[in-house]
Amino acid sequence: MDLPPYASTGERIWFYGFRVICGLIFFFLIAPILIIIPLSFNAENFFTFTPGMLALESEAYSLRHYRDFFTNDSWQQALWNSVKIAPAATLMSVALGTLAAVGLSQPHVPFRRAIMAILISPMIVPLIISAAGMYFFYSRVGLQGTYIGVVLAHAALGIPFVIITVTATLVGFDRSLTRASANLGAGPVRTFFRVQMPLILPGVVSGGLFAFITSFDEVVIVLFVGSAGQKTLPWQMFIGLREQISPTILAVATILVAISILLLTTVEILRRRSERMRGMSPG
Amino acid sequence: MSDAAPGPAHLAGPTPDTVLRDADRARGPVLAADGTPLKRSLNRALRAQKLRALGLIAPLLLFVVVTFIAPIADMLFRSVENEIVGQTLPRTVVALDETWDGQGAPDEEVYRALAADLMVASELKNHTRLGSRLNYETTGMSSLFRRSGRDVDDIGEVYADQFIDLDAAWEEPATWVALMADPGWDERQAAWHERRDAAEAERAAAETVEELRALAFTEREPRFRVSDMAQEELPRTARIYAQFAQVIQTENADSPTEEEPWNIVYQALYEDLSAARGRNYEGREGALLDAARDAVGSFETQPVKAFFLEEIDEEWGDPRVWGTISAFSSPYTAGYFLSSIDMQLTPQGIEPQPEDQQIYGLLFKRTMVMSMTIMFACIALGYPIAYLLSNLPVRTSNLLMILVLLPFWTSLLVRTSAWKVLLQQQGVINDTLVWLGLVADGNRLELINNQTGTIIAMTHILLPFMILPLYSVMKTIPPQYVRAARSLGATPWTAFRRVYFPQSVPGIGAGCILVFILAIGYYITPELVGGTTGTFVSNRIAYHISSSLNWGLAAALGSILLAFVLVLYYLYDRIVGIDNVSLG
Repeated sequence: MDLPPYASTGERIWFYGFRVICGLIFFFLIAPILIIIPLSFNAENFFTFTPGMLALESEAYSLRHYRDFFTNDSWQQALWNSVKIAPAATLMSVALGTLAAVGLSQPHVPFRRAIMAILISPMIVPLIISAAGMYFFYSRVGLQGTYIGVVLAHAALGIPFVIITVTATLVGFDRSLTRASANLGAGPVRTFFRVQMPLILPGVVSGGLFAFITSFDEVVIVLFVGSAGQKTLPWQMFIGLREQISPTILAVATILVAISILLLTTVEILRRRSERMRGMSPG
Repeated sequence: MSDAAPGPAHLAGPTPDTVLRDADRARGPVLAADGTPLKRSLNRALRAQKLRALGLIAPLLLFVVVTFIAPIADMLFRSVENEIVGQTLPRTVVALDETWDGQGAPDEEVYRALAADLMVASELKNHTRLGSRLNYETTGMSSLFRRSGRDVDDIGEVYADQFIDLDAAWEEPATWVALMADPGWDERQAAWHERRDAAEAERAAAETVEELRALAFTEREPRFRVSDMAQEELPRTARIYAQFAQVIQTENADSPTEEEPWNIVYQALYEDLSAARGRNYEGREGALLDAARDAVGSFETQPVKAFFLEEIDEEWGDPRVWGTISAFSSPYTAGYFLSSIDMQLTPQGIEPQPEDQQIYGLLFKRTMVMSMTIMFACIALGYPIAYLLSNLPVRTSNLLMILVLLPFWTSLLVRTSAWKVLLQQQGVINDTLVWLGLVADGNRLELINNQTGTIIAMTHILLPFMILPLYSVMKTIPPQYVRAARSLGATPWTAFRRVYFPQSVPGIGAGCILVFILAIGYYITPELVGGTTGTFVSNRIAYHISSSLNWGLAAALGSILLAFVLVLYYLYDRIVGIDNVSLG
């Protein structure tokens, strides 16, 4: 959408005006996330730029909030809990989800729509409702406040993401490859691991990343299903934001932004790779 | 952004279904290689295929049903479940139903039932739970039940004292066991007692901890049984004594042979005797009973009703209290749902709550209005971005897309904390405005802990969910149409309004429903930046679960919210299709 040379003045004003508006919206999208990065290096206990920071004095910046994060017991415990819960939940949703996605992509699945609706529902139902239901039900069966309970709940939340990404990858899957493999004497299990799995792997991995980030970022469910022993990083941040807000939160937030950038890059690379492998042009 | 690709169900080529149909059309039965009719053979193959597919799906389906669907079902069940009243006050509920006409205070019979129920409940410590449950419906019930639970021991004390004055034997647990117990139970109990004594003697001789542990006596006392004679001759006494024995044995792990019965047992005995029952009693302690029967005529009396009204609380004479118990005596109730729409269940039927207690209608309205505002803000900000992204060269738009996807991938709490920091009165935005001279220093804007805070933060958080579906629709709009309109003489505005915009409407619809669904169920962001005026229904649900402990109301509010979301979800499925949800 370049500006044609014959454009009128009004069109020119609109053209540049529109870009300025879009620039402002992009600014709105990205600035709040970027602004916490310099603020997290604040040497004072403030949440705004001190005069020293604006003057770019090096004494005004420090790593004290990062030091606090890495030495404070409650933050370290929270980090450790997150690291224990998210991979377990991811593993569960990926293992079960991939299997089911393969099943769902078969040509003859009875009640396909209904099954799909059930499997996707954890993504659609508002978290507070899932949390309420899980709190009631898990306390009935004795899972409330246990590590297993939180992992099961998080695995359920991650499943829709795995199902969606893996079925999307399977849409372009050439079924004659499995037939050829069967024809050459491979059993169904061997066919799955040697032929199908390598081809859908990018989808599985990005589904897994979605499931991981869902569990890693999740706070509502863990607030209700978990107990103090399962306090995760987002939970600790939530408490910090609600009760005594400390700049350590900004240091944690900066670290989490770095992790999201890493994950975003990975997913993007995987998506392109998967599309290339399936003979689609990178979008 | 995966494009809307056809699902695997639509793959072309011959499938067992089409082949079967062809086979049907053929004249004779077509045979497979092994001689069976082709139709049957194909059917078998098809069935095997279906079973294999279901076998692959089954583990996950089971997993989701157990970990997710069952909890949701449990919540729906809890929103109507109301067994606590019937379970805690079983006799009262029946007596009330049979004898009370809804006017004034009920009869003595109901108070007697209440005394027995409360006695048991206070031993089991259930009465406070019931009190808090009924307090949701009528204020004051909680304290009424707590007080009554404390004083219920004293009901019938007058009679207990008089019986004991008459003969000190009435104080002895053994007397009561002799009167009430089935002879068979007596024997079993004595045998058990012997075994226990023997075990204890052995334990006393034990030398090591291991030995002690191995010799631990775990057998329970045989369950108390009332004799048929007592049941027939002294029905009231027998019923309440049996209850007493059961509570003593199961809850206190004690024996009726060692505990003096409750005072209300004496009252029941008085009632039995003064009604001239027990004349044909031919068991042990018959003489004691006969002596008591002759004496009860001159006993000082105190009806249970009078005790409740005078000694415990005159509120027990209030028809409002009894109306609440009666209205909530059934095992299922619509009461929680009525509360969530500002109505209440009274003995007179369904009525609106008093004006000052109508909060949920307001809350639902606020949730809707704020979600709508957020949705429109998202359209206003998301439409230009999606338009720009879909009209730029792929390379540039991919680069700019990162600016949309980064917030999408960033932790929700990171974004919320960013806004919490930015919007503060001493935060970056206010500082900048003061520095620019737009706002006086003493007059900083209140951007947080109100509706403004929630709307700003949630618009930012949900904006990617509007941009992504809009973008994937706009990507498919061919640019030729707008060019054709222009060359036919339309102004840019007309071309956009009449040609481009109508083609982007499906994207707006999808984005709106998505944003709206996400917005009305949001909890974290309103909780942190919404203060008291910027909170949603979900915050109230969380409050009822963790603070007020009114789980039924939380479940009812949750069910209503869920119904809203499911309707929207259904619409989304009709418009976009669940299979086409794109993930960045």
